[in-house]
Amino acid sequence: MASLTRISRRRKDDLLFIILMLLPAGLIMAVVTIYPLVRSFIISLLQWDLTKPNLAHVFVGFDNYKYVLTDPTFWQSAKVTGLFVLGSVSLNISLALVVALMLNREFIGRNLVRMLALLPWAIPGVVNGIMWKWILNPSYGALNGALFQLGIIDKYVIWLGTPTGALIMGILADVWKEMPFIMLLLLAALQTIPKDLYEAATVDGANAFRSFWNITIPLIKPTLFVALTLRTIWALKSFDLIYTLTSGGPSGGTTVIGYYTYLKTFVSLNLGRGSAVAYLMTLVVGIVVILYQRALYKEVRY
Amino acid sequence: MAALTISHSNPKISRRKLRGAFSNILFYVGIVALICLVVGPFLWMFISSISPQIELSATPPHWFPENPTLYRYQALFTRPGEAGVNIPAGVEKFLKGLSNSLIVSTLTTLICVVTGTMAAYVLARTEIPGKTKFMTGILSSQMIPIVVIIIPLYLMMQKFDMMDSIRGLILLYTGFMLPTVIWIMHSYFLTLPHELEEAAMVDGCTRFKAFLKVIIPLSGPGLVAVSAFSFLSAWNEFFMALIFTGANTKTITVTVTEFSSQFGVDYGLMATGGVIGSIPPLILAFLLQKYIVAGLTAGSVKG
Repeated sequence: MASLTRISRRRKDDLLFIILMLLPAGLIMAVVTIYPLVRSFIISLLQWDLTKPNLAHVFVGFDNYKYVLTDPTFWQSAKVTGLFVLGSVSLNISLALVVALMLNREFIGRNLVRMLALLPWAIPGVVNGIMWKWILNPSYGALNGALFQLGIIDKYVIWLGTPTGALIMGILADVWKEMPFIMLLLLAALQTIPKDLYEAATVDGANAFRSFWNITIPLIKPTLFVALTLRTIWALKSFDLIYTLTSGGPSGGTTVIGYYTYLKTFVSLNLGRGSAVAYLMTLVVGIVVILYQRALYKEVRY
Repeated sequence: MAALTISHSNPKISRRKLRGAFSNILFYVGIVALICLVVGPFLWMFISSISPQIELSATPPHWFPENPTLYRYQALFTRPGEAGVNIPAGVEKFLKGLSNSLIVSTLTTLICVVTGTMAAYVLARTEIPGKTKFMTGILSSQMIPIVVIIIPLYLMMQKFDMMDSIRGLILLYTGFMLPTVIWIMHSYFLTLPHELEEAAMVDGCTRFKAFLKVIIPLSGPGLVAVSAFSFLSAWNEFFMALIFTGANTKTITVTVTEFSSQFGVDYGLMATGGVIGSIPPLILAFLLQKYIVAGLTAGSVKG
């Protein structure tokens, strides 16, 4: 009998322990993410325009979504976002893979290279934007100066002057900041591959390309997928860089969806429509995550 | 010596050696190019920050300033009212921004790591119904675009009078960093053997005491990684700072974007602010690189 009460007491203590340990973090996350997520959806169904404070916040169903989905500026932004994500992710991953393969050997200065690769990742996103805006400055920028001195261009180029130019420069600035870190992740994955696998393949007569395709790629696939997912999501969310580098311009050429939502909400002050855009964006992020996870599990299972 | 004689007698091998040396040179050229590409832009920002205004507008650019100057650094670290330095607009906020960022990032890190580690431990060690779902939820919540919940947060901050307040910003940052901290610490705790606490508990320790006295001292690398990561993220955060801070609480990222003079954007000053604002995260990243990469790899690869 005595032992039984001790056990139940123990279990009660355990329960208390579990609750107290989870409570602080759970509470903070509930207040800062879970509740706002629900409330945001509700707001997206209301008419809520801060420029018309006298209007009641009536329920309008999916009218805000309808409005957004028929708004040409939304589709313009969706296109820009698609191009930005596609360009940034494909360049990031392919460059990171090439560099990681190159660095996956013993050489002098390897630790230095690995340390320096953290530099772009560590600096604030707004600093990245400011830095590139200065480098790309049409009159005094370093890029124009260097290319002119090397004779590659014969007159200074306004790099951020056209929508396409600005988008390309945005992608390059993004790649500069994100690629080295992806490279470190892939490098870490490459280093877990046992060397004798390659030796065995060489003995069996496989050339470098076949070894790469049949050993390296399958073994780093999980990391590759994680990098792909994370990069896609981060590119979808881009804000700091766009805000400082181009402010979404020229003529909306770099207004990615994150920046578009910001404009809708805090410049147009239409909370209902802003929430609707934001939710559409979440939907896209969700689809990306699910697609990648599907693909990943399929690969791992074979 | 032996190798030399062989290579003389066998031209095939010497050609292979030559090719090896050549590819080695090519490799190091590649490495140097890589380093230049990674470091170059930041270095240029630093050079710009110490170039006098006249040299900044020189064509072609002065790659090495003829008269390097630290006057911008001096200006940024001068308190308003101190005489002697011509202070451009926006500068007086810089010191305040620096100290705001320091306070917010430090406290966010502290709260995040303490509460996140506690939660992660329980999630790694006990059987709770719905745990897998909860962990999936944690992972997904890292992916929520902040912009989705910014409006409710805005209304909430207004209602509880936390706009333009340090505590409001800390609360928000903590909420956003917690999922990552929990995820990384969770995968770290899974690598520690169960027997550790069990032995301590047989010896009469309570669960909490076992966690505090046995597990925490073994969690150094994980804790260093999540602390560095939290601090860095809080320091570099811009979007929420832009929306939720005002005159009193602007952080460094907001402050550097605001440098301008009556002639427009002051790039020299922005570059200086950018360099100073990057120093704390850079020091952290370089000192703790081993832990950061290991922690983030664990956190992301196992995802």
